Amino acid sequence: MRRRGPLTLVLTGLLGAALGLAGCFTERQHEGEKIYATHCANCHGAQGEGLKRLIPPLAKSDYVAKNRTGLACLIRKGIKGPLVVNDVEFNQAMPAADSHLTDSQITNLLNFVQTSWGNQGEVFTIREVSAQLQGCGASDGQ
Amino acid sequence: MTFFRFRQALTISLLALGSTLLLPGCSADKNNAAATERLPFIGEREVRPRADGGPADTVYATIPAFRLTNQDGKVITNQTFAGKVYVTDFFFATCPSICPKMQSELLRVYDKFKGDPRVLFLSHTIDPAHDSIPVLRDYAQRLGIADAARWHFATAPHDTIFALARAYMTAAQVDKGVAGGFAHSGAFALIDPQRRIRGVYDGMNPLEVQRLLDDLPVLLREVEQEQKAAK
Repeated sequence: MRRRGPLTLVLTGLLGAALGLAGCFTERQHEGEKIYATHCANCHGAQGEGLKRLIPPLAKSDYVAKNRTGLACLIRKGIKGPLVVNDVEFNQAMPAADSHLTDSQITNLLNFVQTSWGNQGEVFTIREVSAQLQGCGASDGQ
Repeated sequence: MTFFRFRQALTISLLALGSTLLLPGCSADKNNAAATERLPFIGEREVRPRADGGPADTVYATIPAFRLTNQDGKVITNQTFAGKVYVTDFFFATCPSICPKMQSELLRVYDKFKGDPRVLFLSHTIDPAHDSIPVLRDYAQRLGIADAARWHFATAPHDTIFALARAYMTAAQVDKGVAGGFAHSGAFALIDPQRRIRGVYDGMNPLEVQRLLDDLPVLLREVEQEQKAAK
């Protein structure tokens, strides 16, 4: 077998470094999607479709579009009582997130919803989400 | 070397054995196979010697007698399901964890069989303290179930429900540690007209629910053949 030239070694090293670095950046990629799958999809559906008149949809939901300023607190604290989404009345209590989500996790989750299933909502910054959460006394500043 | 030869011979004979076992499966007439296919009996079975000394009877586990109330306030019992096959599950109306997914999967099965009066559905609430008859009716209507006679949403005293859950092989228990206050599995059970369990499926897994969709016609065919034979 031929000995590996220095160039091969350098290239291998670079490739390794690139893979290692990619790891740093990909760790939190798709975080919103993952949080949606574990915390939200059982009720709101894998495609944000909701369930008949029991669970409101998040895909093409006028409620999401009209209530931008209340969404972060809704996720952290849950919501109770009747609610109209796309002209359908729903009345199922939504619990607060079953494990703590940080401000940045809520931001990623909201942005996943804003940009999925045909939704084209304006994305959120962490600053905006933290400000909303401060408004309901629930920001963790993370 | 000899050892190697022996292993080779063993491999070859195993392969040959395997093919003889497998090949009939390939060549069997598919329709014929489907016609004779039978679902298993799930649960404990008991072998009872016959008094006349004939071959012993195998007695399969059956669902005990029950008395529940459905979303229309009607009493339902085993008699309600006489001559039918039915699919059952356990849920509660305010369940924030697995129920919506589970009920949407059961809805998928209901939609496939809603034109077939031989198949009924029965969902039990495991939270009878909250899920009154009006709550169950509201839930059923919101799910789009207008005909209570096809899909019963039923309640009974707490102990009755939990004993039934065990009979239907669903794990259900009070657990203050989980969201909603109850821990339960999302199992669906398929019951035949003799009250025997013929299948248990994970209602949270679309592949398992597909298995239920495939099993239902098999059971219906068996029931049809038995009813013909009884005439």
